[in-house]
Amino acid sequence: MSSSVPISAFLALALILFCIGLYGALTKRNTVIVLISIELMLNAVNINLVAFSKLGVAPSINGQIFALFSMAIAAAEAAIGLAILMALYRNRKTVNIDEMDTMKH
Amino acid sequence: MSGEFLAFIILAFIAVSGGVLLLNLTKVVHMVLALVATFISIAGIYILLSAEFLAVVQILIYSGAITIIMLFGIMLTRHDDKDEPKGGWVKKGTLFLGVAGFAAVVYLGIYNLDFPQLNQELHVNNTEQIGIALYTKYIIPFELTSIVLLVALIGAIILAKRDDKKEADES
Repeated sequence: MSSSVPISAFLALALILFCIGLYGALTKRNTVIVLISIELMLNAVNINLVAFSKLGVAPSINGQIFALFSMAIAAAEAAIGLAILMALYRNRKTVNIDEMDTMKH
Repeated sequence: MSGEFLAFIILAFIAVSGGVLLLNLTKVVHMVLALVATFISIAGIYILLSAEFLAVVQILIYSGAITIIMLFGIMLTRHDDKDEPKGGWVKKGTLFLGVAGFAAVVYLGIYNLDFPQLNQELHVNNTEQIGIALYTKYIIPFELTSIVLLVALIGAIILAKRDDKKEADES
């Protein structure tokens, strides 16, 4: 089954989503939104992996396996991020990311 | 224009507009809900790339679990929070230029990328192929992932646990 959509279209979509996630992670001030922007960036990378697994130089199932592993790690990262957020909120009563500067020298 | 291309255009449009809504909405809960549209259309993109199992996993994990956990995070902190725009146009402009420059450079590398299409039967018994690969070639990373998930679970519980003794002293 060959695809009529060129691989560059998928890569461009992933690039746009990655840039949106990067901009959101750098500009948003709510920590939950920063975390979810990071999830969006990881998702864009997963699109790249799956696109190369079908339309790349050597198509095989390995790209999908890599995407599965990165999803598992992303889920663990989201849970840890939320737990850190909870601990911070209990101590500082803020979710604002530029008030979390305790370790700033 | 084939149906596949049309489906790709529609899904890509929904995904990008969800991302743009994430950047522009003011209420935090609305931002997370805009991201759900993006996650579901990414699942559609996976189906176009003949990765049916990954599409189902995407809907389960991202638009299910991660969205719910983020909504819990919002509710348990400041649920009526608004991401009020703060000044700092210089910083935002510089960041936008930097991200746009990054996008332009990467786009130069990918815009006419084309590989000869090889036929690979990825869509035939997709889940079975993934299972066979996971349990033969990738068995050690697979087991290591379970350790990572266990450590993350315990770590999250310990981090978010109430420090009873300290809080009793404070109150």
